[in-house]
Amino acid sequence: MTSGGNDRTGTAFRGTPLCPGVAVGPPLCLEEPLSFWGGVDAQGRVVDVHHPQHGAGLAGAVLVMRSGRGSSSSAAVLAEQIRAGAAPAAIVLAEADSILVAGTLVAAELYDVQVPVLTLTPRVYDRLAAAAASPRASALTARVDVDDRSATVTLGGAR
Amino acid sequence: MSTMRQLMLAPDEQAMLDGDRGPAVAMAMRLVVGVAKAAGAERLLPVDSAHVDGCLYHGRAGLDFAERLAELGGRVAVRTTLNVGSLDLLHPGLVRADDELAHHARRLMDAHVALGCEPTWSCAPYQLSHRPAFGRHVAWAESNAIAFVNSVLGARTDRYGDFFDLAAAVTGLVPDVGLHRDAARRATLVLDCGPCESLLVEDDTAWAALGALLGELAGTRVAALTGLPGDLADDGRTEDRLKGLGATAASAGGVALFHAVGVTPEAPTLHAVADAAVPVRAVTPGDLRAARERLTTATGDTLDAVTLGTPHFSVSEFAELAGALGDGPPFSDSVTVYVSTSRAVLAEAERRGHLEPVRRAGGRVLTDTCTYVTPVLAPGTRTVMTNSGKWAWYAPANLGVDVVLGSLPDCVASARAGKVVRHDLRWQ
Repeated sequence: MTSGGNDRTGTAFRGTPLCPGVAVGPPLCLEEPLSFWGGVDAQGRVVDVHHPQHGAGLAGAVLVMRSGRGSSSSAAVLAEQIRAGAAPAAIVLAEADSILVAGTLVAAELYDVQVPVLTLTPRVYDRLAAAAASPRASALTARVDVDDRSATVTLGGAR
Repeated sequence: MSTMRQLMLAPDEQAMLDGDRGPAVAMAMRLVVGVAKAAGAERLLPVDSAHVDGCLYHGRAGLDFAERLAELGGRVAVRTTLNVGSLDLLHPGLVRADDELAHHARRLMDAHVALGCEPTWSCAPYQLSHRPAFGRHVAWAESNAIAFVNSVLGARTDRYGDFFDLAAAVTGLVPDVGLHRDAARRATLVLDCGPCESLLVEDDTAWAALGALLGELAGTRVAALTGLPGDLADDGRTEDRLKGLGATAASAGGVALFHAVGVTPEAPTLHAVADAAVPVRAVTPGDLRAARERLTTATGDTLDAVTLGTPHFSVSEFAELAGALGDGPPFSDSVTVYVSTSRAVLAEAERRGHLEPVRRAGGRVLTDTCTYVTPVLAPGTRTVMTNSGKWAWYAPANLGVDVVLGSLPDCVASARAGKVVRHDLRWQ
């Protein structure tokens, strides 16, 4: 079950769970993968000057990013941002990323803060990315529900 | 999803998760199992050893993780060496850490030792003692060490890093995925380096340039390199060159394994590591020249510092440096020369008499850490020369300096002259 569908509360995109949790936030779709190590500052802002969304703020957003990138130190940087309240609320990927999952699992263990992570198939990911990148996206809210067996992103209307 | 592969735990592994071997093992096991599920593993594999890089201070979370495991009575289950920390514990004056960094960095290093890790503080644990056997499974972190242990020693690790490396050390287990498996170790790209053989024989910077090119072409894929000169039984020379090649490739791309056909142990022949259909890309001297130029950002000949030893300087590199210095003139007063190494290599190089010429010339030896990860260079340092492709790759962004890549003899000549000197004729 990886297809999306419309219902009264919004469009649901179903995927594969990587790290459990429930989160709600504005969707933020990155055009290119981002390394947390060296690419994001302590306040959750994109500081990689080569990244097309340089300057964007990730804190509290449902981050939609095709894959992770770069150094394994990204796990520690992400966990530190979760501790400091500067991390994304959830992470939606098209490719599983053990480094980011290590960061979110450790933050849940140490600080009892859950940042859910899931993957979508590339086809479903593209549909979510298109919706999250549309001009109306700033008015959308993404809800992420991940448990041991299921993972869903639901895009809803105005916050 | 019905297509999801299921992770099956052996009874003793389930018992570890359930806390039968204490709360620290259970905590580490939760992380190993969570990552294994995310990676789609069907089982866990025992490892012989670990190399942990979580001892470099990145922030509070890393410290909280190591101290929590230590408070819970954690202990590493396999031999575990430690990567660089943020401090030089042997030469405390060299790192200009503020009080908070110094305090937390020291606590982080102490917590790892309390867990039973060996205080090696080196990114090159494979020099001297920690040399896993061919074909054995290990859990190593630090990108250059991963590339070296996979490629040059032929042991097997996937790309591990912060948190997971320590969890693997405490449990002695990793997911059976990635470079632990035969199929993932096959080359999907062949680089024919034959056209560059004379450059590679004569100049070590050609190996750094080739590493940058390999990283850019391969990304995270496995490549086989044919036509590379060298012999791993030549007292360290080829090992040092492959160290530099792999470190630069891991920085410029995400290379965790490469095969040097006829040189590295998994690749006695091209056929052993690549299917006949894999495309071959010839590497020309022009390719290496362009890659080498990308590793130099400085334009003039002014020079403030020279950094050697990224990854850490080996005993054979100290021998070469001592030979180049001989009884010649000291380094210029206007250039500070740093050599980063491990305390173990320092002791061995000292014993063999290689340190005396370095100190006499005015060189500063840094142990336990590295010049590109912690504040060592003097404020106001603008231009730095290095023989390391990895240092050249990271330093302009990390440290805000301009960099010149040069061979060890050119680094020595430049440090003496007080300005950049490069004998580039063979590159023309």
